[in-house]
Amino acid sequence: MLRITNLKCYYGRIMAVKGVSLSVKKSQIIALIGANGSGKSTLLEAVCGLLPGWEGDIAFEGASLKGCDPTAVVKKGISLVPEGRLIFPPLSVLDNLKLGAYTMYRKREHALVRQTLEKVLELFPILRQRAKQPAGTLSGGEQQMLAIGRALMSHPRLLLLDEPSMGLAPMIVEKIFQILESLRKDGITILLVEQNAQAALQIADHGYVFETGSVVLQGPASELLADQEVKRAYLGKDYGEFYDD
Amino acid sequence: MQEFIQYFFSGITNGAIYAVIAIGFSMLYNSTELINFAHGEFVMLGSMCMITFFGSMHLPLIPAIILAIVCVTAAGLLFERLAIRTVKNPEHIVLIIITVGASIFLRGLGMLIWGKDAFSIPPFSSHPPLDIHGAKLLSQSIWIILIFLLTTVGLQLFYKKTLTGKAMEANAISKRAAWIVGIPSRLMVTLAFGLSATMGAVAGVIIAPVTMCSYDMGTMIGLKGFCAAMLGGLGSLWGALIGGFLLGILEAFGVGFVSSGLKDATAFLLLLFILYVRPGGIISSADVKRF
Repeated sequence: MLRITNLKCYYGRIMAVKGVSLSVKKSQIIALIGANGSGKSTLLEAVCGLLPGWEGDIAFEGASLKGCDPTAVVKKGISLVPEGRLIFPPLSVLDNLKLGAYTMYRKREHALVRQTLEKVLELFPILRQRAKQPAGTLSGGEQQMLAIGRALMSHPRLLLLDEPSMGLAPMIVEKIFQILESLRKDGITILLVEQNAQAALQIADHGYVFETGSVVLQGPASELLADQEVKRAYLGKDYGEFYDD
Repeated sequence: MQEFIQYFFSGITNGAIYAVIAIGFSMLYNSTELINFAHGEFVMLGSMCMITFFGSMHLPLIPAIILAIVCVTAAGLLFERLAIRTVKNPEHIVLIIITVGASIFLRGLGMLIWGKDAFSIPPFSSHPPLDIHGAKLLSQSIWIILIFLLTTVGLQLFYKKTLTGKAMEANAISKRAAWIVGIPSRLMVTLAFGLSATMGAVAGVIIAPVTMCSYDMGTMIGLKGFCAAMLGGLGSLWGALIGGFLLGILEAFGVGFVSSGLKDATAFLLLLFILYVRPGGIISSADVKRF
């Protein structure tokens, strides 16, 4: 569904992603894990058209995304839940969701928008309760749900999430990850960037481990969960346990 | 008492004009964080178009107003397309200097088209002035306030009720977030330029009968509008309204009760004062988030 080949991204003269290839199949959850600054978010930005001037190729459903601006990417059916949520705090929850459907409204798909809105509100009942409130007054977890809901409003086939668990209580993280699994059952493909490797790998089918701009390890999520190297670097196992072995 | 009411009427008339100009500044600042120093020139273009269409071509009132506003809005869009979007390295200071350049250019253009003479047109309607407690409210003042109300209510409805308006607001809140949901950010900026020019045009159209219009009237009136916007709090609609009326009324009282020499000084004294005690303006955008 999404195929990235030999992607290189630059910030000025610094190469942030150094020739990454990966592929995402339909209805899969793919997890990209790795430390800060390892190039995961940069990769998402390149896919979304937020970062022009990348090299290599990104193909979505067979068509290259080269030169697409964010609007074109959203129209093709890719939606991003950005790091830090980036909702519109002064606008109401409902307005936030409706703006998520901006491209759908422009395609004159009003009936579909109504349907999708109903579905999103069913998925996140709390948003229905808060519909009239300014989005900035929501709690962190609710804002994250709003950000996911807003991304779903454009009726995406591929959902990209950048650190959806950041700064949230474990219980809420669990809830959000459950929702991701249910979205996958509805046929939405998910590319998940996470620092919370444990949680991400538990729901993912396949994982890629990033380090300083390249993929150092990849494989089925269950194998990565068991891998010594991943455990050491990302699952919070102590160095001591390894040196003792 | 009679004097007081008279000055008050004159104050709110001017205040409505300043408010419309301030809204134009604020709106553009919201979307682009840019101060458009050519904004006063769009007011001038509005007035001069009105002089041509209503004064010399004798078109009926409503078509003349609409035609003038359409022409100036088109000029605003053209300005964005030709002078702003083509900039290779759009840093703020560069863009602001471009607007200063544009204001000089537009003034020159105005001089070439309309010459150096000052013009005026008759009021929109020739009703006798209203008499309230001995003070006179001119019919043109009523026109000005009506058109001002119509414009602000219309603008507010546009921002609160239409998808495009909400998208513009979203774009002003966070360009990146707007981009991510697929709102064409560049189009929103173009629209903001267009709407801001429309506001300038409206101000120009309504003052044409109450002032002498010439090619160089834009500088002073633009600066007054800028003072009003700063006074209320740049970037806020309510701030622009409060700033506009406050400036208009204080100016009128200053002229009436102190000295007529104080007229143009009032705006700048107020500006200095507000920058000293509350640099964000009365409604600073930190308290109230924009439109």
